[in-house]
Formats: sequence, structure tokens, C-alpha cells
Amino acid sequence: METREMICIGCPLGCNLTVKIDGTDIMVSGNNCANGERYAKNEVTNPVRIVTSTINVQNGKETRVSCKTENAIPKDKIFDCMDEIKKAHVNAPIQIGDILIKNVAETGINVIATKNISQK
Amino acid sequence: MKYDVVIIGGGPAGLAAALAVKKEGVDNILIIERDDKLGGILNQCIHNGFGLHTFKEELTGPEYANRFAQKVIEEKIAYKLNCMVISVSDDKKVTYVSKEDGLNIVEAKAIILAMGCRERPRGALNIPGFRPAGIYSAGTAQRLMNIEGYKVGNEVVILGSGDIGLIMARRMTLEGAKVKCVAELMPYSGGLKRNIVQCLNDYNIPLLLSHTVVDIKGKERVSSVVVAEVDENRKPIKGTEKEFKCDTLLLSVGLLPENELSKLANVELSRVTSGPIVSDNFETNVNGIFACGNVLHVHDLVDYVSSEAELAGTYAAKYVKENTAHNSYINVEVKDGVRYTVPQKIDIDNMADRIIVRFRVSNEYRNKRIVVLKNNEEIRSIKKKVLAPGEMEQLFLSKDELKDAKTLCVCLKENQ
Repeated sequence: METREMICIGCPLGCNLTVKIDGTDIMVSGNNCANGERYAKNEVTNPVRIVTSTINVQNGKETRVSCKTENAIPKDKIFDCMDEIKKAHVNAPIQIGDILIKNVAETGINVIATKNISQK
Repeated sequence: MKYDVVIIGGGPAGLAAALAVKKEGVDNILIIERDDKLGGILNQCIHNGFGLHTFKEELTGPEYANRFAQKVIEEKIAYKLNCMVISVSDDKKVTYVSKEDGLNIVEAKAIILAMGCRERPRGALNIPGFRPAGIYSAGTAQRLMNIEGYKVGNEVVILGSGDIGLIMARRMTLEGAKVKCVAELMPYSGGLKRNIVQCLNDYNIPLLLSHTVVDIKGKERVSSVVVAEVDENRKPIKGTEKEFKCDTLLLSVGLLPENELSKLANVELSRVTSGPIVSDNFETNVNGIFACGNVLHVHDLVDYVSSEAELAGTYAAKYVKENTAHNSYINVEVKDGVRYTVPQKIDIDNMADRIIVRFRVSNEYRNKRIVVLKNNEEIRSIKKKVLAPGEMEQLFLSKDELKDAKTLCVCLKENQ
């Protein structure tokens, strides 16, 4: 059986949660509401995060375009995602929402622009 | 040139205020911005988490800024970029300099101060040690990284656990730097819980509470930073020093409203917030000069900046249309754990039917009640399981319940 400690981010209370994992059985304690249990279960079964960064721009008025994963990706794919973002180059003009990297780190999720960049 | 309303600053506060002025039917507006684009600090805040209240979706900073900037352009509101305001006078003349216009003076019927805030620098901290390269305020590092595209450092210590410091801990880790620790002088973090979890815990970055930097080593570039534990008086404890080898020190040690211009216009400032003292219509002591956003008091959420600025804009437009003058106010007193409120004073006869009072507490508290006293009697009691200085609180007061108030006070009491 594995035990993990975590802080719930559901509200400013920030309950300290203890999660006991026994195969498929997940026991949450320390929470004050149902959101805490839901949060803890997601965190141990399928933790996901939105990744934000910047990508190199060619021919643009600015040299970097900010970007994000369109949806949250599995937490253990964050650094694979960053490796692809670091290697990428895109050409201006760029509009908010443009797909900059397709299927990043084979997550099935695209990296999209979060800033408009006009051509030089 | 003469304008009805001149807005100083084209960040989230200035943009929301301008849109509200226009919505009230006042068209002759000018926004003056010193940067080369609208949006202010949001342009470098590339992380997500903005707009949950305003747009019911999670946006990044540049996306949030763009939504407002786009509306300002659609509404054909005039704005000037690359223009630095150097003076504002109490007869509402605004002097700015720019490459295109040189030195120029514009006149306004009303002015909205929306200049935002700036970071507290190293000089305000009295950290001993050398002055090598590699020491940045967290926001400067954020700009260098996210706008200019520089990798700021490889091995990093961060002093201060404000939100920008936490965000930068994650950002630098993602870019391949090793963040050794975040040291926080206070026994609690000044940042939002979600940032502690998602920026530090996710990447196993230690948060050292009740710790501070006592020495910076390195002559050309930072070579190491010495961190020590502090006692309850925030004095370093001898023998607890730990040396972290690093090339970069980031400072995330608080934000200060930027009020040099307000002072020139004889606007009275609060010693607690460092921002103007305003009434319930966001007007300062100078008739026709309004304030909103981080220049008024430092916010945690841009959503609250936008809604506050919208109100300030609405009241500024009303002032232009009706030339309303307010004279009789009651002060909102604070005591027992409440540090300040905004607004600091209320004109009960002329107030809106319902107003928002925002405030911060001075310490971490559990199981308290937020209490509003009118003429020393409780008119409101709100139970709170937890209160923290890093999370701004708000309460709504109606005109009805403030009727006949001679004194008004917001405070904390034990939860019986």
C-alpha cells in the first residue's frame, strides 16, 4: 500500500490530504468536502496540467510567441512536451489559436499560440 | 488637446476603465501607455489561470489582454503607445513625452489613474553581500525570458514566495534551470495555494518558510547564496546558515503601487496600501481624479482588477456628465486583523445601492468571523474557516443597511 500527502487546490482552505492507494482502492482523508476527494483521486490516477511556454519566431516583429497546450496533458509528458517546444520554429504572422505543434509528445493535444505576432 | 477622460496606463485596469467610460456614452477618451503595445504586465504573464471570473474560462495573460485590447480597438477608443506621462496636475493637465509628439500637454475633465505597480527592488531589502550580475527581480526575469527569449540562469535561488516568484520557479525549471529553493521570510507563503502546488510541489522545489537570504557571494556573477532560518522577530538565527551554489537570485518580495504621478497631482495616499485613498466611487481626494487596479492596491486576480476598473470608469463618466461633487463621507475604519479596505470612505447619501468593499487581513487566521460594525453594532457577520494575507477578501454592503451610519468598521472576531 502506498501513502501520499498532498494539498488540495480546490479552494483557499488548502486542506492537507492523505491518500492511501491499495491497488484500485483509493482512500482520501483530511478533506473537508467532496471536491477534495475528487481532486485527490484525479491526482493519483491521472494528473494532468496545461503547459505554457514560448516558441522561436522567424520574420516576426517579436522574436518569441507565447503558447499553451490546447488542453491539459498528462503530468509525466510535461518535459517531453517542453523538448518539442524548444526545438520548434514558427513563421510570422501568427494569430491567437493558430496550431504551432500538432499532437505534442504524442498526447493527441496541440500546442497553440496565445499571442498575435505580425510580420516584420 | 482636450479630452473628457484621460486614462493613464493601458494595462488591464486602463482598458477595462476605458471600455466602461465609452459604454456610458462618453466618447472623447484617450489612453496613454508607455509600452509599445496595450495589455501591460499581462503580456509577459504567459501562464494560464486568468479570466475564470470574467470569461468563465481559463486564459493565459496575453489572451486575456488581447480580449480587452481588441474591444478597445473595436470601440474606436483613442490610445497612444510609447508615451511616458511625466506629470499630472490637480487641475487635470497631463504632460507626456514621446518620440512622435515630443513634450505634449493634454487637458481632461476627468483622469483615471491606472499605472499599476512595480516590484520592490533589492535596495529595499538590506541584503548584505556583493553586487554581482545574476540578481533579478522575478518580474524582470519573467520579461527577459518570456518576451526577449533569454535563459536567465542555470542554477537559481528565489527569495520570496509571492505569486511571480512561484510562477518563475516553474518557468525556469521548464526551461532547464535547476531551482534550488524558494526562501520565504514569513511563516506562510504570500502566494496562492494553487501556485505552491503546481509550481513548487509538482517539481519538488523546496519552500523554506521563515528563511531569508543573509549573504550573496560572487564578484562578477553570483556564485552562491547563503540562506538562514529566522526567529519570530524575523531575525536570522546563528548556526542555521545553508549555502546554495547558484548563478542567479530572483527576488519576489512584494509589489508597490506606482504613485509618483498621483503625488504630483496632490492625490492623498494610504500609508497601508501605498495607493490613493478613494471613496466608494473610486474618486481620490482630488475631484475628477479616479484610481483603479494595482495603482490603487495590489490585487491577486486580474479579474478583480477588471471589475474594479469598470466601476471606476463608470463613475468617471458619470462625473463628466453630471459634474457630481461629493463632500460628506464616513471613513471605513479597520481593526483587529483587518489591514485596510478599499474604498476607505463612503458617501452614504450618494452611494450605489450595493457596493463592494475589498480588504486584506494582516496574518493567517483560522475560524474567525468578518464583522461589520455600524455605530458600534454588528450589522454583518461572515464565518471564515481560513483567512490569509495573500488572498484578498470582499464583502458587499447595501445602501439600506448603511443608512444613518455615523461610524463604520470592518474587523475580525472569534467564531463562537
